[in-house]
Amino acid sequence: MAVERDVMDAAGPYDRAKALSAFKLGDVTFYWITRACAISVLLILGGIIISLIIGAWPAIREYGAGFLWTQRWAPSADPPVLGALGPVYGTLVTSFIAMMIAIPIGLGIAIFLTEICPIWLRRPIGLAIELLAGIPSIIYGMWGFFVLGPFLADSFQPFMIKVFDGVPVLGTIFAGPPSYLSLFNASLILAIMVLPFITAISVDVFKTVPPVLKEAAYGVGCTTWEVVRNVVIPYTRVGVIGGIMLALGRALGETMAVTFIIGNSFKIQSSIFAPGTTISAAIASEFAESDGLHQSGLILLGLLLFILTFFVLAAARLMLMRLEKKAGN
Amino acid sequence: MNPIYVSRRRKNIIIKFLCLGAAAFGVTWLALILFTLFYNGLAGLNLAVFTQDTPPPGSTDGGLRNAIIGSIMMTVIGVGIGAPLGLFAGTYLAEYGKHDRLTSVIRFINDILLSAPSIIIGLFIYGAIVVPMGGFSAFAGCLALAVIVIPVVVRTTEDMLGLVPNPLREAASALGLPRSLVIRRIAYRAARAGLITGVLLATARVAGETAPLLFTALSNQFFSLDLTRTMANLPVTINNFVQSPYVYWKQLAWSGALLITLTVLALNIGARILGAERTSK
Amino acid sequence: MTELSVSVSNANGPVPQVALPEAAPKVTARGLNFYYGEHHALKNINLTLGTHRVTAFIGPSGCGKSTLLRIFNRMYDLYPGQKATGQLMLDQTNILDPKLDLNLLRARVGMVFQKPTPFPMTIYENIAFGIRLYEKISKSEMDGRVEKALRGGALWNEVKDKLNASGLSLSGGQQQRLCIARTVAVRPEVILFDEPCSALDPISTAKIEELIQELAEDYTIAIVTHNMQQAARVSDKTAFMYLGELIEFDDTNKIFTSPGDRRTQDYITGRFG
Repeated sequence: MAVERDVMDAAGPYDRAKALSAFKLGDVTFYWITRACAISVLLILGGIIISLIIGAWPAIREYGAGFLWTQRWAPSADPPVLGALGPVYGTLVTSFIAMMIAIPIGLGIAIFLTEICPIWLRRPIGLAIELLAGIPSIIYGMWGFFVLGPFLADSFQPFMIKVFDGVPVLGTIFAGPPSYLSLFNASLILAIMVLPFITAISVDVFKTVPPVLKEAAYGVGCTTWEVVRNVVIPYTRVGVIGGIMLALGRALGETMAVTFIIGNSFKIQSSIFAPGTTISAAIASEFAESDGLHQSGLILLGLLLFILTFFVLAAARLMLMRLEKKAGN
Repeated sequence: MNPIYVSRRRKNIIIKFLCLGAAAFGVTWLALILFTLFYNGLAGLNLAVFTQDTPPPGSTDGGLRNAIIGSIMMTVIGVGIGAPLGLFAGTYLAEYGKHDRLTSVIRFINDILLSAPSIIIGLFIYGAIVVPMGGFSAFAGCLALAVIVIPVVVRTTEDMLGLVPNPLREAASALGLPRSLVIRRIAYRAARAGLITGVLLATARVAGETAPLLFTALSNQFFSLDLTRTMANLPVTINNFVQSPYVYWKQLAWSGALLITLTVLALNIGARILGAERTSK
Repeated sequence: MTELSVSVSNANGPVPQVALPEAAPKVTARGLNFYYGEHHALKNINLTLGTHRVTAFIGPSGCGKSTLLRIFNRMYDLYPGQKATGQLMLDQTNILDPKLDLNLLRARVGMVFQKPTPFPMTIYENIAFGIRLYEKISKSEMDGRVEKALRGGALWNEVKDKLNASGLSLSGGQQQRLCIARTVAVRPEVILFDEPCSALDPISTAKIEELIQELAEDYTIAIVTHNMQQAARVSDKTAFMYLGELIEFDDTNKIFTSPGDRRTQDYITGRFG
């Protein structure tokens, strides 16, 4: 092996010092720019909270805690009477129904994708689901308005109303008349929207199970379901719940998928086939034409929604972090 | 055969079919949505959609030119503001503040902002920008989109820089590189595909955002490039047209929805291809 | 350009039995201690790296030899909770001085890592990158410097026709020599090798070993290795470390033929490790 040999003329340390001092300023500047940007994330959160509180302040002073349990929403009365009960009820009910539909189906798809589906089908289906999770919510809203609403009002709703007619409790929940615009229709759209979301997160979470664990369970003769039931789900429980909470946070705050189809009625009715409203739908449909106390009331609704989602999302993140720690060990 | 095993097997088969059913159920709905979207959207898609502005009520010609251009402008500016900010913030979290308490706080808050309802962002910008500036403006809309972009880019930047192996940084430091150059010349370069993926995903995320624009950029029936005034954009135009009584408007709404969806899908697929290239190397 | 081929004794050949004259000290450690948080990882280390000598560090895993190497260029400064005390001099410079410019130090003390770490850029850029940091030179001058460095890394003949290929496209052994060339290009005084061959096949290893002996003509070299034959082949002096202490430090011949400490003997004869 031939190696080129030459006596390196040693570069004096002085030259280097000079070259390096030129970097110094850039080095410090870059550090502070990145740090300032990182801190701006905190400032955004602070800005959101402060601007919501300032905007909501007139309504807080006017209505106080009574805002929470007043059902009447009459912005054009003099003085305006505003209560959050209708939208809060609608938000909770639609999210609840949506999750009841989406959780079992979303988990079912996730189990199908990770344990049952033939390998060659996994990627295309998984990819399709991830892409669908990215479709803007207004598309879901439009589809619900033009296609799903009429379909439900013409077929599914009359059927349910007839079946449960006269049954106590269920008879009032599924009471007529059928409607294009209803809490149930909004819930179903929400469910379809968060479905890919739950599936995508669950698949990710299921993948954190060490293969050795699953192999060990299969090794003692467990069936696929028993492996899922006794190994996969216990191991990932925290993460799955975290994913579900994340989806719940989505559902609670979702605006465009719901606004077209919920009917914007502030009155609380026992039937889920009756129109209602949610916090975000109320803000979306009324905010641009509102002013004064009415606008402040809408911002106060927004503040309530923010607090609600903040806690749900915080809980979700804490759970997912716990799983990550576990996977890291 | 052992009766216990028979019942276990039966249970397993039932559950498998339920899962298959769930998958079929989910895929069916989603296929239906896409089918209707393409069916209705393609029907109205013609040159006029791109060359004419949004029509006045009752008119049966006109297109979406002003809305398309407005959407592109606001998305580009929003990403242009949000992406660098998110990139730097993510850099701090991954490179400088890795062992900081501040970092874990910021990461947590960022994750919450990542899934915060977008309508809340709209209210925030309304209170922070629209009211003080005295009116709705496209610029306010851009800022609202930027606020949505930031957490997405912060998250992907931190994750992607986290994948850059530490020995590479050490090797660069061992040559006598100052820290900022190690990051800019080496870590960024090693993570480049991932960083671009993050920006593409963020762009996809805001391209179809509607709620935060409803009361920031509002909409405009006419063509305008003035950032200080209201500006037409696809999502809000769709929102207005869907609920209108005019058939032609509804038709335009479908076409607009198809355009948005195709854009978002293209961005997502582009991001994924880039991401795959990175992992295959 | 004159091709000055220097014949080197076979890398696997016998170690010359002549004791080398004492070299002028380049790096001197006096009472050096190192802590990972609470853990006392290095205890009272005293040794000297002679100028233009190869010093090998051997010892079982976790004995602190890599840790010691990473103090010589303050690499540990990248991570929190690690600190060194005592005295460590590079010529007249106190390496442990908190006010010392680390980038300047690292330009004087280069390092080659266990796994090859080519930067994600072309072969040419991998070399030129480090040079450009400190010097503004013309394109033709740079071409010369890159060639010189690649020759220094014994890689020139293999890559001269594909300088614009990615550094990642090379084989593992070539990547490692690229990293050596990159280190040489910034003209350091000391080069630290942290198990440079542990990820390489035997042929690449032989090439790198030969290269290390070549480099000793111009640089002061410290090498950490798990491979005792390697230490015997390439080094002038050998330090045996155990549990954070420097057990024995002497001429390589002496260490491998008549070690002064029982533990050294047990280790080199494979009784533990």
